[in-house]
Amino acid sequence: MISVENVSKSFTLHNQGSTVIPVMAGASLHVAAGECVALVGASGAGKSTLMRMIYGNYLTASGRIMVGDTDVASAAPREVIALRRRTLGYVSQFLRVVPRVPTIDVVAEPLLLTGTGADEARAQAATLLARLNIPERLWGLSPTTFSGGEQQRVNIARGFAFAYPALLLDEPTASLDPTNRATVLAMVQEAKARGAAIIGIFHDHAAREALCDRQVDVTGFTPGLAA
Amino acid sequence: MTPLLQVENLAKYYGARIGCTDVSFDLYPGEVMGIVGESGSGKSTLLNCLAGHLKPDHGAVRFATRSDGLRDTVTMSEPERRMLGRTDWAFVHQHARDGLRMNVSAGGNVGERLMAVNARHYGDIRDQAIDWLGRVEITQDRIDDRPTAFSGGMQQRLQIARNLVTGPRLVFMDEPTGGLDVSVQARLLDLLRGLVRDMGLSAIIVTHDLAVVRLLADRLMVMKDGHVVETGLTDQVLDDPQHGYTQLLVSSVLQV
Repeated sequence: MISVENVSKSFTLHNQGSTVIPVMAGASLHVAAGECVALVGASGAGKSTLMRMIYGNYLTASGRIMVGDTDVASAAPREVIALRRRTLGYVSQFLRVVPRVPTIDVVAEPLLLTGTGADEARAQAATLLARLNIPERLWGLSPTTFSGGEQQRVNIARGFAFAYPALLLDEPTASLDPTNRATVLAMVQEAKARGAAIIGIFHDHAAREALCDRQVDVTGFTPGLAA
Repeated sequence: MTPLLQVENLAKYYGARIGCTDVSFDLYPGEVMGIVGESGSGKSTLLNCLAGHLKPDHGAVRFATRSDGLRDTVTMSEPERRMLGRTDWAFVHQHARDGLRMNVSAGGNVGERLMAVNARHYGDIRDQAIDWLGRVEITQDRIDDRPTAFSGGMQQRLQIARNLVTGPRLVFMDEPTGGLDVSVQARLLDLLRGLVRDMGLSAIIVTHDLAVVRLLADRLMVMKDGHVVETGLTDQVLDDPQHGYTQLLVSSVLQV
């Protein structure tokens, strides 16, 4: 489902003496449907960089990144938009929303974008929020004022609202208490069971052990760090 | 899928000075494109050339008309272009008073655009005006008030209602949230996003506010000195800017 083939990337900082920082070379990785793969490596090794390259918000210098039938590395913006709408989901560590939009609508939006009716989308969003223990009295409020853990759970609810065949998870269990952590682990398991291909970054050891079929150490893709 | 708008090598000069030059892009149905850059970078010139308010010196702006497919709006006749401006196109000005008739009631402002496309039944026009004022959160009891009696944010929402009532397929927006305080901006952003999603509109939004484009636009075009220096997916351009000017622009934003 997700196939990264010999991918490289560098950053050029034009305003800081045109410094060129190579950050990735020769990265390859394959994830089949129903499989969960963890990206591991020390902080700064490029786990998030690789994940962003797959999602398309970082440009790829060379190589191919196939998600379904789309090569993210060479696709036009509208192809990437279509891919993100129906195929590729991403739970980032940060919640980015239009201020003043109620939480329930934030969570329902991916469903509305894929053609679910407004009532049905809200009902599904409500189910997810309840499952993640967001109190119902908060659903009508914007999540911008919520605590870190609550925002994280809203972000997860939004990321799991639509059943994407491919999912990227960046530290989904960070800043969660044990109960909610268990809920999120169960949700990832269910996504696997329905056949989603998942790539995740988990600093949470036990979560990684419980969910992932394999690990890929990105240190091997970092120029200058590879042994 | 065929593009809704196809722009090829567009250029506009003011004497020897460059307004904008070498602009080419395709816009597809349902896409929202942001144009960012500092003042004087040519973004408003470009928008006005696209919308037929300025005549470009060079290039083509082809629009997918309902009846005849792609037509170059630069070379079509003035009446045809005006007809597009009343039906399939909408233009939201930065200053609402440039896009409204200030001494006509709110309902009249919305109804006028309907009458321009041959709506004649008073009751229907008034019902549609009420419906649209409701969608932009202007209550029915204000329908007979003039825009001069409205706040800045309400004027802007009225301008949007007036523009969208005829069901346009392409909306040009020039700094639609500029000059509004932030809480009003947020409401307007939410409104615009909902309209784009529900009506399947395409839009081109000129702004210097990167937070606005991140939330509204699928794609981004960065302009400097009349040239397009970078284009791409919005979050890609903002998270991984390639051109030196874009890097400067992105790193200059104050964190709140």
